[in-house]
Amino acid sequence: MQHLALAELNSWSNALADLGIVGLLIIPAIPLVFIAVYALYYGVYGERKVSAFMQDRLGPMEVGKWGLLQTIADILKLIHKEDIVPKAADKFLFVIGPAILFVGAFSAFAVLPYSSAFIGADLNVGLFYAISIVSLEVVGILAAGWGSNNKWSLYGAIRSVAQIVSYEIPAATALLCAAMMAGTLSMQGMILEQAGPKGFLDWFLFQSPIAWLAFIVYFISSLAEVNRAPFDIPEAESELVAGYFTEYGGMKFAIIFLAEYASMFMVSAIITVAFLGGWLSPLPNIGSLALNDWTNGPIWGVFWMLSKSLFFVFVQMWLRWTLPRLRVDQLMFLCWKVLIPFAFLAFTITAFWEIYVGRW
Amino acid sequence: MSDDLHIEPTVRLTSVDENTTILEKDLDTEHMLVQMGPQHPSTHGVLRVELLTDGEVIVKATPHLGYLHRCFEKHAENIDYPGIIPYADRMDYLASMNNDLGFAVTMEKLMGIEIPERIDYMRIIVSELNRIASHLVAVGTYAIDLGAFTPFLFCFRDREHILNLLEWLCGARMLYNYIWIGGVSHDFPPKFKERVLEFVRYFKPKAREIYRLLTENEIFVQRTRNIGLLPADVAINAGASGPMLRGSGVKWDLRRNDPYSLYHELEFDIAVPDGKASVIGDCLSRHLVRAIEIEESLKIIEQCIDKMPDDPNFDPHATVPKRVKPKAGEIYGRTEAPRGELGFYVVSDGKGTKPYRCKARSSCFVNLSLLGEMAKGQYLADVVAIIGSIDIVLGEVDR
Repeated sequence: MQHLALAELNSWSNALADLGIVGLLIIPAIPLVFIAVYALYYGVYGERKVSAFMQDRLGPMEVGKWGLLQTIADILKLIHKEDIVPKAADKFLFVIGPAILFVGAFSAFAVLPYSSAFIGADLNVGLFYAISIVSLEVVGILAAGWGSNNKWSLYGAIRSVAQIVSYEIPAATALLCAAMMAGTLSMQGMILEQAGPKGFLDWFLFQSPIAWLAFIVYFISSLAEVNRAPFDIPEAESELVAGYFTEYGGMKFAIIFLAEYASMFMVSAIITVAFLGGWLSPLPNIGSLALNDWTNGPIWGVFWMLSKSLFFVFVQMWLRWTLPRLRVDQLMFLCWKVLIPFAFLAFTITAFWEIYVGRW
Repeated sequence: MSDDLHIEPTVRLTSVDENTTILEKDLDTEHMLVQMGPQHPSTHGVLRVELLTDGEVIVKATPHLGYLHRCFEKHAENIDYPGIIPYADRMDYLASMNNDLGFAVTMEKLMGIEIPERIDYMRIIVSELNRIASHLVAVGTYAIDLGAFTPFLFCFRDREHILNLLEWLCGARMLYNYIWIGGVSHDFPPKFKERVLEFVRYFKPKAREIYRLLTENEIFVQRTRNIGLLPADVAINAGASGPMLRGSGVKWDLRRNDPYSLYHELEFDIAVPDGKASVIGDCLSRHLVRAIEIEESLKIIEQCIDKMPDDPNFDPHATVPKRVKPKAGEIYGRTEAPRGELGFYVVSDGKGTKPYRCKARSSCFVNLSLLGEMAKGQYLADVVAIIGSIDIVLGEVDR
């Protein structure tokens, strides 16, 4: 199994890179198209349908069959809108804010392994790169909030920066547990470490007695990092109108939304890679039924990777429509007094486990 | 210390004795004035709250009213008495039946009209239905204020059934003009009572569900418990009423303490929080009062339907005066609307069919005046929780 994966590792992206400049343009275009399609259908339409089913409604039903074209109609509407920059706003910051947000969210996709055969750039510090480039969003949020010259936006921006910066600590500590278990920071390397004939039992989540704690800590912190409920305080629509993007309209608003959905997917992908075996099949080999071998491969990899990640995006939506919002001090309490101690606990136990036991 | 020393405004000098002065670098932040509203998602209409904030902490909160002022009192002076009722509808537009009932009861007291028992029961049924609908909006929008969107739609789903019933009864969904001086506009349609009972049976488990959905949610409790404390003495002195007053632990309900219509014949409890789940006087208590009141109203409706006399030749207009022309005099009538004491003060000069003066005592207006008291020292996010727990309807605040 492992040698098979190694043979095909990055084969598609390497083949594309060999095509020269055209191939090099296609590689980043793939995640871009993916984000657009995913945000359009899974992100916006899917979220509206999911929320509708949770709330005894139908959701969008008018545009197209089952409202399938609703998001397209929304995008058309947003494109038609006048691109307004408020008079009192700092024009440069106001315009650059959404751009930084999107660049931050999108750059992280460079190290995202879609399958064993495709990855934008197989960096040896892929995980490190991903979590650090995502935090570039803080700059965009601050620029947007400050540049809007609106007090509500400023509140949103300041809250957001405080929140994202704080939650990076438990998130990174929790991911370090996975990195220690893998012994590498490369995304593909981490996934390869989780390969094995036992299917899901070989994943890091089940490879140490404390990995579940790191997994939960990371999941909760990732919600806060992408400003999703119950931690959507920066954009708390009932308190801060819309938080840092109160003054935005038209396509700038759409870009901010796209960035949010992109980072939602990104953190789900990171959790998948770090704890749930990335593009590996969950099915184990049972005797002569080599389910694991049959369901692994580049194409299957795309399927597993996307379905695992999209499942976590779904969980994020599920929470969004279920839970009320925390207050800003409660949020900080949760981060500094609950999640960080638990993250350190998980970190310490994982370290000892890796030294004395390793894989079982 | 020499006087020419440059001292920054953020530095504070404290003299311990004549030789020692302590230089303290102040960590105090600058105050910021934030206008919350009139276009803000959680001011429940066109309320503007002027917030003086120190970071996230509220130093001062001042509500500014009047954006929805429609001159109810002046209008009332220029129309005859039955014509006032549609205007009263539009005060607290979420509980129109209760407004109508308040005005009708006041006028009947002024004119000394005796109305049949059946009409009294009909009025209580519709106004309690309307009270449930109003509390459902209050609970649902409160959830939205705290960021939970789904309970809101659950509440609205059930409120829809009530609105359908009332629409069937009088043709309007929100502004009914149903309760008239001396009667009601229509008799119950055939099978209406059965449908109401059906609704009560359907809604009883749902009421529990709404109660549990929010009160058993840890985040919801954390957001509301011990927030916006209103001690009972402050509430009484300010003239607060309704769930605000009962949330502070005062057993005061006009349906019991100053009974009107036939409430004295009905069994129900005054909803006050027991202080187990909540701190008496906080936002959660006020929310609990509404949740419990929904269940009490269901009890009242069931009893009314049992006791209501059936009369095939019933004429809902039998006791409606042809011409409402009260003798000279004045009256203050008060009823327990969903948001508190709704009073009408009517002065008649005895000469015409229009009141000389008609003042409406609005519960929301008084309750809202306590916002500054409760919001002081709380976080910005708590202001939203407090406004939501007061449950204002700007139509009634501004009139």
